[in-house]
Amino acid sequence: MALDSKVPKGPIKDKWTEYKNHINLVNPANKRHIDVIVVGTGLAGGSAAATLAELGYNVKAFCYQDSPRRAHSIAAQGGINAAKNYQGDGDSTYRLFYDTVKGGDYRSREANVYRLAEVSANIIDQCVAQGVPFARDYGGLLDNRSFGGVLVSRTFYAKGQTGQQLLLGAYSAMNRQIARGKIQMYNRHEMLDVVKVDGKARGIIARNLITGEIERHSAHAVVIATGGYGNVYFLSTNAMGSNATAAWKIHKKGAYFANPCYTQIHPTCIPRSGDYQSKLTLMSESLRNDGRIWVPKNMEDVMAIREGRKKPTDLSEDERDYYLERRYPAFGNLVPRDVASRAAKERCDAGYGVNATGEAVYLDFASAIERYGKEQARIQNIENPSAQKVYDLGKAIVEAKYGNLFQMYEKIVDEDPYKTPMMIYPATHYTMGGVWVDYNLMTTVDGLYCIGEANFSDHGANRLGASALMQGLADGYFVLPYTIGDYLSNDIRTGKIPTDTKEFDEAEKEVKDRIDFFVNNKGQHSVDYYHKKLGQIMWDKCGMSRNEQGLKEAMAEIKELREDFWKNVKVPGSANEMNPELEKAGRVADFLELGELFAKDALNRNESCGGHFREESVELDGEQKGEAKRNDKEFAYVAAWEYKGEPADAVLHKEELEFNDIELKQRSYK
Amino acid sequence: MNLTLKIWRQKDSNAKGQMVDYKVTDISEHMSFLEMMDVLNEQLIAGGEEPVAFDHDCREGICGMCSMYINGEAHGPDRGVTTCQLHMRMFKDGDTITIEPFRAAAFPVIKDLVVDRTAFDRIQHAGGYISVNTSGNTQDANNIPISKHAADEAMDAATCIGCGACVATCKNSSAMLFVGAKVSQYALLPQGQVEAADRVRNMVAQMDLEGFGNCTNTGACEIECPKGISLDNIARMNRELMKAQF
Repeated sequence: MALDSKVPKGPIKDKWTEYKNHINLVNPANKRHIDVIVVGTGLAGGSAAATLAELGYNVKAFCYQDSPRRAHSIAAQGGINAAKNYQGDGDSTYRLFYDTVKGGDYRSREANVYRLAEVSANIIDQCVAQGVPFARDYGGLLDNRSFGGVLVSRTFYAKGQTGQQLLLGAYSAMNRQIARGKIQMYNRHEMLDVVKVDGKARGIIARNLITGEIERHSAHAVVIATGGYGNVYFLSTNAMGSNATAAWKIHKKGAYFANPCYTQIHPTCIPRSGDYQSKLTLMSESLRNDGRIWVPKNMEDVMAIREGRKKPTDLSEDERDYYLERRYPAFGNLVPRDVASRAAKERCDAGYGVNATGEAVYLDFASAIERYGKEQARIQNIENPSAQKVYDLGKAIVEAKYGNLFQMYEKIVDEDPYKTPMMIYPATHYTMGGVWVDYNLMTTVDGLYCIGEANFSDHGANRLGASALMQGLADGYFVLPYTIGDYLSNDIRTGKIPTDTKEFDEAEKEVKDRIDFFVNNKGQHSVDYYHKKLGQIMWDKCGMSRNEQGLKEAMAEIKELREDFWKNVKVPGSANEMNPELEKAGRVADFLELGELFAKDALNRNESCGGHFREESVELDGEQKGEAKRNDKEFAYVAAWEYKGEPADAVLHKEELEFNDIELKQRSYK
Repeated sequence: MNLTLKIWRQKDSNAKGQMVDYKVTDISEHMSFLEMMDVLNEQLIAGGEEPVAFDHDCREGICGMCSMYINGEAHGPDRGVTTCQLHMRMFKDGDTITIEPFRAAAFPVIKDLVVDRTAFDRIQHAGGYISVNTSGNTQDANNIPISKHAADEAMDAATCIGCGACVATCKNSSAMLFVGAKVSQYALLPQGQVEAADRVRNMVAQMDLEGFGNCTNTGACEIECPKGISLDNIARMNRELMKAQF
């Protein structure tokens, strides 16, 4: 099947408006005869469910957690971008669009990103109206801060808990619709397959995670909003339950999976400390606004610090290598995430890592505390303040800005980050790859939509900070409600979709057979045993830097591991009860297939871009020497994979990317 | 370190539960409490037993899913943290640790340490929102200035993660800290004023209907709250309710 992105014709700034003016609408009286299933209730799914219900559709929403309020969007910290230009520092829709396309290393679809930038300002208005307590300045107006990869202050925030507050806003909008009976909420339910009737998505098979009951649910359209697949690495910043099952199941039923190898490695995570570790903890990138990143200049100091003979605070300014400020003077510590992550890895690989594992660099707030302290002393008219007074005044400011992050760091590492620099290291975070969708956010299956992190469209090969929240809410509140209406206008006479059909029978049987296999297989190894092994292969060979040989090995090793899994996995308990091991088994089975496609996609993409550093593709000379080398001539396309059984047999379809409004340029942050 | 764990095991909501003893060895002080539970569960699976079911998800202290009652305290002995952020350095080699589900009539046990907290959702359905359409056709966000003080106070209330530690800790199983925080957030913002009276009346009525007890100003909820939600919010809720009666 040829890929049709369905991007409307015309100038980019008019595309969305023109599109909205010409789509088919559904009469309000007819909407109540149409059912929509939304799977996942994070920022994308929650906002979509609330809005579709408000428009008048009957919505059935599903989440695996005990309440929509717990979706992993809640853990996003730093903020949400919007081109409001409240600061008067030159921001505009075009500039947000430009930064996002450039930040994504020119691997996203221009028209989608422009639309995202266009609706971004509405998101803030919407959320404030819902009672989201964004940070304010003393005049009562909204405050902003800056994030990596941009030169303006366009990030709106609610302390270090922006994702939490935005999710609670969407959750409250859902609650209003649940109370009205327009959303039927299914907590503790997991979607295990999609049901297609005459080529159209018409329902899902879900498991009630409390009783184990397998349920059939029908609808006129199905929306997948189940987030990213970072847990394919086992250790990631994702919640323990975050999974790719819904996205993978629809891939197996005909939805193409795009750019699976695009994973974001986030630079400011707490380094790992042992083999028992279950996940990695991220700290907001906003810390880089005030923190300076460094490692010792001299190897003797590195060794002295590792052996405990010296403390980081013993090193003078000129004994430290502020490598981001040195290499990227224009952006300094605020370079984009992929650049910051690679630079940290480069220093650690060269032997300069500062903890026992050699996988950590310092994030230091001493100069920020001093700068703020002096400023406060001036404001408060304190003459000749002592060093302690300056420290106290400065610490109070840093605490007000990042207090909860500092507290979290101290709880985990057992060190006071106000006194001694934090240690950070990159970790797997957000996945830019995902289900392929057209401009309407529809997959290659009719009536099957995919929004938020679960789709591939807006972030290219890399994601700038504070852009994920923006996409989730833009898709759910402002994009999908229009595009899905255009599709559903053909369904006003369809009537209820029955669930007692052969299509539902078959899908349900497939799901039940698989569950029966798990609970009856008397293997020797736990699900986590396999998940950890997969994660190790992924990190070693499909991680921040990759090469042809490693990727080929990864494909073979994952296949072998998958075969062993299906022989030797052990799942205690039964199918007809709450069984967390059974839930995990199904998810890891899917990761074991996705992981191999991931490696295949990375192997195909013989260029470095975004978080994907291909060792064979590096700038050899000039100002950019040693930086990642993108290859637009051969790789300016979206790699959309069609399922053909074994992941290794997946067929590649290319959506060539056209850049009419932004010139393709080398990404320089020097 | 080596530890003895006394854990509440209960097959489902209808079954009778009991405390069961387990031993775990070689626990590192850098582990989180839930990672220690992972170690126990791997051990149980290897031995052919069913692992202990417990709720957890983000493991960053923000989703509010983890809900263990450890040595008689919600989220255990550390202050200002959820169970997922409780570290084993809070315990000593040879300790016996008692682990139970959150206990309250309104939070029935589903299995082992997993309880049903959907009563909180139903209280939210009763009015925990501002009735604004999600159309994006709202006025510019800066048209109504909000003082920094009010915004910060609303944020402090909004920080509640809905974990239910307040209920589990309260001798009356009262949900007033949770409901007070929700009511406060909207009461402090200009956007929440129009429906303020209906909101507080409906949420409090639903809270009573769910079987939560009343507040007797003991303050245990505030002490055990992982997010430091202040008792002031209960006072504010009571004031809002009084205002709504007249």
